[in-house]
Amino acid sequence: MKLRIKFSKTGDIKYTGHLDLMRFFQKLNRRAKLDLKYSQGFNPHQIMAFAQPLGVGVESIGEYVDIEVNSMDMTSAETVERLNSVSIPELKILQVKKLDDSAKNAMASVQGARYKVSFKEGKAPSVDVSALIDEYMAEDAILITKEGKAGEREVDIKPGIYEFKADSDGSFELFLNASSAGNIKPVQVFESLLAMNGEKLKDNALATLRLDTYEADDKGNLVSMGDVGEEF
Amino acid sequence: MLALSDDILMRIDKPARYIGHEYNAVIKDKADVDVRFCMCFPDVYEIGMSHLGIQILYDMFNRMDGVWCERTYSPWPDLDKIMREENIPLFALESQEPIKNFDFLGITLQYEMCYTNILQILDLAGIPLTTDERKDGDPIVIGGGPCSYNPEPIADFFDMFYIGEGETRYKELMDLYKRFKKEGKSRDEFLYEAAHIPGMYVPKFYTPYYNEDGTLKDFVPMDESLPKKIVKEIVLDFDKAPYPTKQLVPFMRATQERMVLEIQRGCIRGCRFCQAGQLYRPVREKNIETLKKEAIELMEYTGEEEISLSSLSSSDYQALPELVDFLITECKDRKVNISLPSLRIDAFSLDVMSKVQDIKKSSLTFAPEAGSQRLRNVINKGLTEEVILEGARMAFKGGWTRVKLYFMLGQPFETDEDIEGIGKLSNEIAKVFFETVPKEERVNGKVQIVSSTSFFVPKPFTAFQWAPMCTKEEFLDKAYKTRVGIASQLNQKSIKYNWHEADVTVLEGVFARGDRKLSKAILAAYKKGCIFDAWSEYFSYDTWLETFKECDIDIDFYTTRKREDDELFPWDFLDCGVNKEFLLREWHKAAEGVVSPNCKVQCQGCGAAKFGGGICFEAKNKVQ
Repeated sequence: MKLRIKFSKTGDIKYTGHLDLMRFFQKLNRRAKLDLKYSQGFNPHQIMAFAQPLGVGVESIGEYVDIEVNSMDMTSAETVERLNSVSIPELKILQVKKLDDSAKNAMASVQGARYKVSFKEGKAPSVDVSALIDEYMAEDAILITKEGKAGEREVDIKPGIYEFKADSDGSFELFLNASSAGNIKPVQVFESLLAMNGEKLKDNALATLRLDTYEADDKGNLVSMGDVGEEF
Repeated sequence: MLALSDDILMRIDKPARYIGHEYNAVIKDKADVDVRFCMCFPDVYEIGMSHLGIQILYDMFNRMDGVWCERTYSPWPDLDKIMREENIPLFALESQEPIKNFDFLGITLQYEMCYTNILQILDLAGIPLTTDERKDGDPIVIGGGPCSYNPEPIADFFDMFYIGEGETRYKELMDLYKRFKKEGKSRDEFLYEAAHIPGMYVPKFYTPYYNEDGTLKDFVPMDESLPKKIVKEIVLDFDKAPYPTKQLVPFMRATQERMVLEIQRGCIRGCRFCQAGQLYRPVREKNIETLKKEAIELMEYTGEEEISLSSLSSSDYQALPELVDFLITECKDRKVNISLPSLRIDAFSLDVMSKVQDIKKSSLTFAPEAGSQRLRNVINKGLTEEVILEGARMAFKGGWTRVKLYFMLGQPFETDEDIEGIGKLSNEIAKVFFETVPKEERVNGKVQIVSSTSFFVPKPFTAFQWAPMCTKEEFLDKAYKTRVGIASQLNQKSIKYNWHEADVTVLEGVFARGDRKLSKAILAAYKKGCIFDAWSEYFSYDTWLETFKECDIDIDFYTTRKREDDELFPWDFLDCGVNKEFLLREWHKAAEGVVSPNCKVQCQGCGAAKFGGGICFEAKNKVQ
């Protein structure tokens, strides 16, 4: 039985990394006494797939991890409660749903992520970013340099920027490609926008909150990963 | 609110070290708290979080009403630099509040090479570095752990030391502190009263006097009401002592990421080089039913993937087969791995290990400690070549192909033949493999033997506390001879040899048997920038040599000097139960190569029976 867990990671624990988070969930699932499914072999491990890893320093209220269990004797709501009873307040389980047996796991299916981004105190650039968004989004291609295993390469991130808008409170909302192959980080968008305007993004300038994570439905439309699956 | 700003946390390596929020961390309401205690492991977070002692004390303190115990670890040099530049005071992880405002700072002393880190902690916290400079309102700095059995080299930096096991007297100490705090008594009044509680040592109330040759002449308490000898504290009813089953679960990977089940304290084997084997006498076993209950709780409360048994010699725990059977059953469904350190290799342990480990991937560990039977008799390591080879033969038959061997170089009375024995024994084990396993059954094709040597440092409260230590050159020469010896063996291609640097060993030797005169040199070295001496990338031997020279400290006096049988040692004012007459008898027996049977076979009259508990005492009572 495949389960999708939606959770938030906020506050001080944003300074922990993705590997730390994986270990946290392995232990959380054990403490919650779920009837976990393990891989075969001498050192069995829990079958677990996270959507898109969250960077150190980034908070989220829309994270997903898929796990597998052999059986389940609780309802969705009870499972959420059980998990929260053995978690910490900064890592809150928001929802647990049952996925189709044929469903692809979160890591394979993740396509997009929505972010709320603002400049940290004293880190705003001299130019008004909100006034530059239209011009930026009108570009045919936005090339950035990505460092990969095979060295540096040029990538066009434009097709992966689905939405980019300024909110009235001075923050920005971005909807970006978050697939394994084409993930774009908000910082890459801001860096490239400022570079086009002859400015450099300051170090550690962005406060980033991931709002939700998305996958494609049968028709290719992006839907919240939390809308997939059934309550039980 | 975190003590460190977002900008700092995003700039340093592994910020998760400094944010707290571990599962099972204890947060108390400050309104209900009279005593704020910060427990410190003076090394980096990942090391400190792997230490059982802190978990035991953390749990014990936080069970006390009105006491809140938090933790702190050594900030890594990247953060250390920032904290100094920006005047950020060292803080406790749970509340993120400055330690300077706490009532106590407890520092565990697990190895000598952390001594400059103690000063780093105090300095970053904004606490005056020496006890003499501290005033009312500064935290009481208290030390404990194995190195407090010779606290003298660091005596100036501590207000007091707790000698022995923490479970027994901390409640009394906290109650005294609360009462004195309420009554508005001074720091010195508290320390004076505390010095009358058993196990407590307040260095500033004791004065060492020296002979002209630099050895200790006398060690005198300030007045007659203070004990001349301070007897270690010890838990007698081990089953009633609190044990933490809600162990802290860090976010970051700790060096040893697992739950720990302590099955016994002390060791019946009297290896003459081993300090722990003497300090924790007599042996006390925990009841099997208590252990079963604790094991289940640990698994439920932590969710960790591995459980490890803790003791100095697990094979000596009487109910081990029953405990292991229980764990195998309970861990199987939960998919928890079992780690069984300090097991002697025999038919039983091989059977157990084949059940809990992947034979193909795991290796077998033997600790002969010395290359020849003669030297093993000298050090009283009750392990014969026959037993090792038989263990290896059984293991190879069972499918193991990797063997680790641990030796020490530079033990007293060691000769070149003993060193040659290391290569020979390694070779013999390889030979056993080729004789035991037919060619067609050699899965990996061959056997892998890894022989490692460490350099021996004589420690207080051991039979070898009288022994001259080797010089750096002698150590390196011995390692060279070992390497050549291994290279000349027939099966040398199957043997890998590892050895350590000798610089740090010299320094460890100075501190281990040091006296109070060293405090000023440690302070001077710290002021020159020495921290994280246990880390080779930060250890600066030259700085230490220069500092010792400037402070008129003669390294050889502490390390290579021959000590007479009747010399008064700087740690002789402490009583760990094992008395000096026994240790001297053992030292003389070592010189003659005569072995002493272990506690279960025959009582050697070490003195630890006086505590009225543990295995030796129970055995005696049975006979009567």
